[in-house]
Amino acid sequence: MNKILKISASALAMTLAANGALAEGKLSIYHWFEYIPQELLDKFAAEYDVEVTMDTFDSNESMLASLKAGKLGTYDVSVPGDYMVEIMGSEGMLDTFKPSELSNFGNIMPQWVDVGFDNGRHSSIPYQWGTTSFSVNRDNYKGDINTTDIIFNPPAELRGKINVLDSQGELLALASLHLDIPQCTTNREQLKALNALVQEAKPYWASFSSDAAKDVLVSGDASVGMIWSGFSAKAREEGANVEYAFPKQGYVVWMDNVVLLKDAPNRDNALKFMNFLLEPENAAAVTNYAQYTSGVTGTEPFLSDAVKNSPESNPPATPVGSFVEACSQDVQKVYDTIWTNLKK
Amino acid sequence: MAKKLDLRRFPGFLPMTWLCLFLLYAPLIIVMIYSFNDSNSITQWGGVSLRWYKDVFWGLEAEKFKLAAIHSLIIAVAAATVSTTIATMAATAMLRAGRFRGKSISFALINLPLMVPEIVTAVATLIFFSTIGFTTGLTTILMAHIVFCVPFAYLPIAARMQGIEDVYEQAALDLYATRYQAFRLILLPLMAPGVISGFLLAFIISLDDFIITNFVKGAGIETLPTAIFGAVKQGIKPNIMAISTLLLLVSVVFVTLSYLVGRMGQNKK
Amino acid sequence: MAGGMVKSENTNTSTYAGLGGWLILPTWLVIGFFLLLPVGIMLIYSFLTKEFRGGVIWDFTFAAYDQFFFDRGLFGDDPAKIEWTYIKIFWRSIWQAGIATIFCLIIGFPTAWFIATRTGSNRSIWLFLITIPYWVNLLIRTISMKFLIRDTGPLNEWLMSMGVISEPIHMINTNFAVQLGLFYSYLPFMVLPIYASVERYNFALSEAAADLYASRLTTLRQIILPTVKPGIIAGCILVFVPSLGAFLAPDLLGGAKTFMIGSLIEEQFKGNAGNWPFGAAVSMILLSLVLIVLTYYARQQSKAEQG
Repeated sequence: MNKILKISASALAMTLAANGALAEGKLSIYHWFEYIPQELLDKFAAEYDVEVTMDTFDSNESMLASLKAGKLGTYDVSVPGDYMVEIMGSEGMLDTFKPSELSNFGNIMPQWVDVGFDNGRHSSIPYQWGTTSFSVNRDNYKGDINTTDIIFNPPAELRGKINVLDSQGELLALASLHLDIPQCTTNREQLKALNALVQEAKPYWASFSSDAAKDVLVSGDASVGMIWSGFSAKAREEGANVEYAFPKQGYVVWMDNVVLLKDAPNRDNALKFMNFLLEPENAAAVTNYAQYTSGVTGTEPFLSDAVKNSPESNPPATPVGSFVEACSQDVQKVYDTIWTNLKK
Repeated sequence: MAKKLDLRRFPGFLPMTWLCLFLLYAPLIIVMIYSFNDSNSITQWGGVSLRWYKDVFWGLEAEKFKLAAIHSLIIAVAAATVSTTIATMAATAMLRAGRFRGKSISFALINLPLMVPEIVTAVATLIFFSTIGFTTGLTTILMAHIVFCVPFAYLPIAARMQGIEDVYEQAALDLYATRYQAFRLILLPLMAPGVISGFLLAFIISLDDFIITNFVKGAGIETLPTAIFGAVKQGIKPNIMAISTLLLLVSVVFVTLSYLVGRMGQNKK
Repeated sequence: MAGGMVKSENTNTSTYAGLGGWLILPTWLVIGFFLLLPVGIMLIYSFLTKEFRGGVIWDFTFAAYDQFFFDRGLFGDDPAKIEWTYIKIFWRSIWQAGIATIFCLIIGFPTAWFIATRTGSNRSIWLFLITIPYWVNLLIRTISMKFLIRDTGPLNEWLMSMGVISEPIHMINTNFAVQLGLFYSYLPFMVLPIYASVERYNFALSEAAADLYASRLTTLRQIILPTVKPGIIAGCILVFVPSLGAFLAPDLLGGAKTFMIGSLIEEQFKGNAGNWPFGAAVSMILLSLVLIVLTYYARQQSKAEQG
């Protein structure tokens, strides 16, 4: 009995201590799942003697919701997509830095410096960019796949075997491309059509999942999966006979960015980490792992051939992709309703 | 006699019991078997090996799971200790202190955590910590765990205490022992099996919790269940089978211990 | 563990009379402060306004409950109609939980009966075997079930190699998978209370019935079932209530495509929706539902005790 008490008392003391020891030599990352190799985190931790912890999210929207729900101030950096950087900036959730604070700032490719969502890069640095469309298992379907009909009006043999991403922004953007209507349209008829489209397509979809988007293709649970380009490449590497589509109606392009969060408990380490990721070798390590494309110059020598030549990372000249737009409050409300209608 | 036995027996009930056990154990046993699978794919059988156990302890994600296991252990020990203490005091109040104000409502309160659906408790706790501006971390997980461990610790403790007559304590009091002495030297040793059993149950309940922990955990803090859930969301990997088997064995060992301690106590009586 | 419980001999002694209030104080502090108070705050939250991009504004409104019960169209300006979707989610959850409860009863009753009619140490070993899986992590049990029943999982592989089926039976991401998962999660909860009531059943009653030429089925229906009814009701509640708010089974086995109450609530806090007031409102409605079921049960029990 006494022994149990003693053990417990020391455990309790450890708990309190674990909570007390904050800051100094720590870095808290809020990142997409399966998006950074553990070796790279270990390398950073060793090089700068920093203890790195990482939590993961599976959509821009859920990351925003969680930060809004009181997690802001507990993480140092996060990795939102383009439109989400803009939203977080306008919500005052980002801290700013001067380019001079990052010695590798010059490594950013010129076309990725003056971007619409963070002109001049005061809160963010490029992480990786890629595309979102869908992949089809070629064992189960031989027809033409370069059309969004595969998702929204699928041929009979694919119905009920489709997984879509659990991500509001990307799914509604792809649906808008399918309907050939502008994103974030304020036109009521177009919004109604958007709502009707996803409602009619829903019975064809077997599941909504982002985390399992790769696994359902590899395990054969789904024949079609809305998916990110690099994730599809990984599915292919893991043995699924899938082909990534560049639909003629268009597809989504995105850039994920490492942002400095407001009230970051370890701002210095966050900047060190961002600078670290701008090293060509490290940016290439992410690319080799996640199979997207970095926005950093000088990565070529470090890239593996498989990644350089992957069909997923080399879209054709046409059609072109489009970025997801951040909607105004009025339209966002309707989008939220469409999404809730869809998920219920 | 033959007739009586006949009445107790219904045809088909024995096979049903076997079916019940089969249904309960088959998935667990299959996971245990596949944890020894020497193959990168979880569905293809590639012969028997311990490679995934090696991966759990020395693989790429070993550090993450090790840290999660330490968190789980710290929280479980602390939550079980505090909740067992609280439950022991509560049982003494409910069973040994005669009447007092609010006694019947206190009984309902002890069992309240069992009645509120887990997801509701999780949501309420998250909103609570967010409202009072308390940064979530190990402490918040611990507090939430203590709450739902109390009724589980209370059950075996109260059951044991009910079985102990109070003549021993009364005798001690007659011999001028203080009430604290009577409690510490007489009652507590007598109900030790119940307390230990309660501690072990609370320990397991805390170790197992996923839903509430998932809501109240803070930045960068994972317990074993939340870490496993995070990994499983992206598909079941072979190393998850190995971790699951290990955790499963821990649970079985602790329940068996709790069961044996409980039995020991009864036999002594 | 319920089986090992000691029967009460002397329930109410007063060695520590006068200290009751102090001894119970920590319980009140912990459960009152970390459960009662949070539920109260959650009630308040369900009346707050959702901020545009997540978070709340302290303006009181019925918007969350309005969203639950009324449909005002895509743009929020249509005349209010009854909103069936959330009611349907509740109905679906009740249905799934109900089916799982019936499965549990069909398997659990014979098992409980069988165990209760064993003798001595045999009985406690059976009982122990039934309780072990309950103490294994719920998450791990759900994962094992997911692994077992997937299209390329061991069950389908085995059935196919035996030649029973030629195509895998599609179970994962269906309602059946969720029901199976709930059944599997809470089966021991059905067995234990029924066991406890069968254990107390006086078999002289069966003998008397047999002497009066009652068939076995008649005895079961007319004599045994009414006497063990409290155990059956307790078992059904212990399975039904947690199934109602379950999150893991629908999420991992149901593909998270069709909501159940648990996943609907989770989506408001962790998913894309980020609507805390609505999540709080749904939680309050679920809590009320559970309390109604429990009150009904308590009433039935006190009736049974009086009767």
